[in-house]
Amino acid sequence: MTLQEERPFPLGRPRSIEREPALELKGIRKSFGPVQVLHGVDLQLFAGEVHALLGENGAGKSTLSKILCGILSFDEGEMRLNGQQRRFMDYDDAVKAGIGIVFQEFSLIPYLNAVENVFLGREKHNRFGLLDRTAMRTRTRELLGRLGIQIDLDMPIHKLSVAQQQFVEIAKALALDARILVLDEPTATLTPVEVEHLFVVMRQLRAEGVAIVFISHHLDEIFEICDRITVLRDGHYVDTTSVAETDIDRLVLMMVGRRIEAGFPDKPDPDDTAQVVLRAREMRLHKNMPPSEFELRRGEILGFAGLVGSGRTEMALALLGEFDAASRRVELHGTQRSLANAADALASGIGLLPENRKDEGLIVPFSVRHNISLNNYGKYRKLGFFIDGKRESADVGAAMAMVRVKAPGPETRLEELSGGNQQKVVIARWLNHDVDILIFDEPTRGIDVGAKVEIYHLMRDLTRRGVSIIMISSELPEVVGMSDRVCVFRAGRIVKTLAGEDVTAQEVMKHATAGGSDAIH
Amino acid sequence: MPSTENASPERVGEQFTFRLWTRLRQSDLALPLLGLVAISVLMSLASDNFLQFSNLMNVMRQVSIIGIIAIGMTCVILTGGIDLSVGSVVALTGTIMAGLMVGGLDPALALLAGLGVGVGFGVLNGALVAFGGMPPIIVTLATMGMARGFALMYSGGYPISGLPGWMSWFGSGRIVGIPVPVLIMLAVYLLAWVVLERTSFGRHVYAIGGNERATRLSGVKVDRVKLFVYAISGLTTAVAAVVMTSRLMSGQPSAGVGFELDAIAAVVLGGTSIMGGRGSIIGTLIGVILLGILNNGLNLMGVDPYVQGVIKGAIILLAIYIGRSRHA
Repeated sequence: MTLQEERPFPLGRPRSIEREPALELKGIRKSFGPVQVLHGVDLQLFAGEVHALLGENGAGKSTLSKILCGILSFDEGEMRLNGQQRRFMDYDDAVKAGIGIVFQEFSLIPYLNAVENVFLGREKHNRFGLLDRTAMRTRTRELLGRLGIQIDLDMPIHKLSVAQQQFVEIAKALALDARILVLDEPTATLTPVEVEHLFVVMRQLRAEGVAIVFISHHLDEIFEICDRITVLRDGHYVDTTSVAETDIDRLVLMMVGRRIEAGFPDKPDPDDTAQVVLRAREMRLHKNMPPSEFELRRGEILGFAGLVGSGRTEMALALLGEFDAASRRVELHGTQRSLANAADALASGIGLLPENRKDEGLIVPFSVRHNISLNNYGKYRKLGFFIDGKRESADVGAAMAMVRVKAPGPETRLEELSGGNQQKVVIARWLNHDVDILIFDEPTRGIDVGAKVEIYHLMRDLTRRGVSIIMISSELPEVVGMSDRVCVFRAGRIVKTLAGEDVTAQEVMKHATAGGSDAIH
Repeated sequence: MPSTENASPERVGEQFTFRLWTRLRQSDLALPLLGLVAISVLMSLASDNFLQFSNLMNVMRQVSIIGIIAIGMTCVILTGGIDLSVGSVVALTGTIMAGLMVGGLDPALALLAGLGVGVGFGVLNGALVAFGGMPPIIVTLATMGMARGFALMYSGGYPISGLPGWMSWFGSGRIVGIPVPVLIMLAVYLLAWVVLERTSFGRHVYAIGGNERATRLSGVKVDRVKLFVYAISGLTTAVAAVVMTSRLMSGQPSAGVGFELDAIAAVVLGGTSIMGGRGSIIGTLIGVILLGILNNGLNLMGVDPYVQGVIKGAIILLAIYIGRSRHA
């Protein structure tokens, strides 16, 4: 599949095409181990423009911005800074070349105050070689003042609000006097008023000739502040267009593309009469947000879609009592239940396949057998206490065969298995239980294509047996290909529930990125 | 990647020997066993008395108190925790048992009361760690001070002596030539092995140390398991206190100083990861005996006691250094 052939839009032009780009990337390729994440990406960045980098989760935006500022190196391609070919040794090298970045994950030290954070590693010294505290303080206050916020400069960072921390992060980048500034999702944690402040500063910087790379999932923001847009999809360069020449629908199409969606098992016909096994109402993850509600029917796959950080995992954990939600009302089979923790949930027939396999799913030093039977031992008792090894082995063997774990045997240690097989082991853990609701959080993350397809078929096998599945996924094709219905999350709540014909990548993406007022009921 | 297909009949026998060899090699016991053999050979070369039955029994009797404490410590460390309070709890349990016996309480009840005190402290530790969400090292550091303080308060700072004569059986008696404390220790090891290797509780102990969050999210009642683990540590500590009180025939409020460090050293020498999740109770027994032989051997060779500390420390460091890659 060549993306170039699909390109439906003419290459966008900056306002003044005669100038030389401040920074130019050509054919950038990057792999992490065997996985290629950037497949020849181009980017032209001119002084005095705000340039949006757009793409869904995992499109390669963050990788590209890390390459821009020297944190990651690239395998192939060319980088030119003011016409000169360059390759940054490291972040420090990039900073010296006039590049600054505001990270998506905060890079602040929680126990230091704003001044110490802004000048971390580039402290100013007086003539005695001691820290010039006054100068650093004055400069920090000036930077924050420019951003239109006031904070207590003596307060350790972790005591500030998330928005305040975000501004300190931005001030830290501004302190570098960068000519090229990368802002990786700076608005994700800000209120509309705070976003406006930020935009004022960005316009000011643009007028001063700074080139800004702006990463955001909020298309309305992009239309407000940006001049040009470069779209990435699955690590491929799609196109660059000017804001004036495009609209939301076109952008969404560029992000989503026309993908080959093979490997998904056929969906069953929608059954509106299926019994509702779980009904969640008044779900508020945090105080002062509108409530979300959803229901799960017997034998269906309900997708939880949305951007990273939109509250999908938290919503699922809130069901189990493993996330402290501001309010919740959960009905299981028509009975009001207030589950306290995962053990309670298991007793009520709900199982969880956690998001992060290594940290939350596997007991890595354990064998396959012990990982599978971990929460099953209650069933293999003899003489009251002892584990009945024979029955354990039989059940483990059956579970392994059912999910088709490829391992030398049940005693193999988990660390010797591939990611896909590890995931199957975690799934197998739930198969011996009488669970009728399973929550699959990113079930195919980091798994090769073959294993993915096997897991998809396994999920459908489960629903045919009457199990209901909530599937959280950041992969759009997966959400669309697998879900009977989809709850779309944005900013911590469900903004839209799609069913039947409406379950399309465009619809999901539109609601997840605030693509219109119709998303808000 | 290996697959299940290669189990053709003609290869089964070959595979079995191969599997036995790899299992031993990969087992967490391989290094401690090697260490034990090496140090035994070294000591028997250095001293003619070392290999005599009486000397070996002597070593076993000497290690029995730390050996019993190390059982509970193993359980705690397997969950990724630590129990620093054991030394002080030995002293407190001992003085209370001695005091109650001397005070005229039925000796059996006095023993039970002692065990109750040990378990009580364990439960306190466990509750603070599991339900209070406090770090084990801080919790048990605090209760270590408290237990010692209670022991000194209860006894007024003096040893309590005048115990009934039969009490010495636990520490100095023999059954068919084997010292009673050694038999007690081996019995408790057997029990602990069964609990850790053959019950679901034991599996959950390992699982918590391997990945606490995953264990919790899979529906295991993690807090309850942790509470039990510290209670077990309190119980084994109290059993050790019975043996020690019997050896000394008195309750000593200042006894047991540094026991927690010896026990931790034995557990770690036995191949249990200080981060939890990996290790074994048999390894701990090997670690305990290894430390005992080292002590005994250095004494037999007449090494200056001041120097002995340096040598023991160096050997522990060396052992951990060699074993570190296994737990990386």
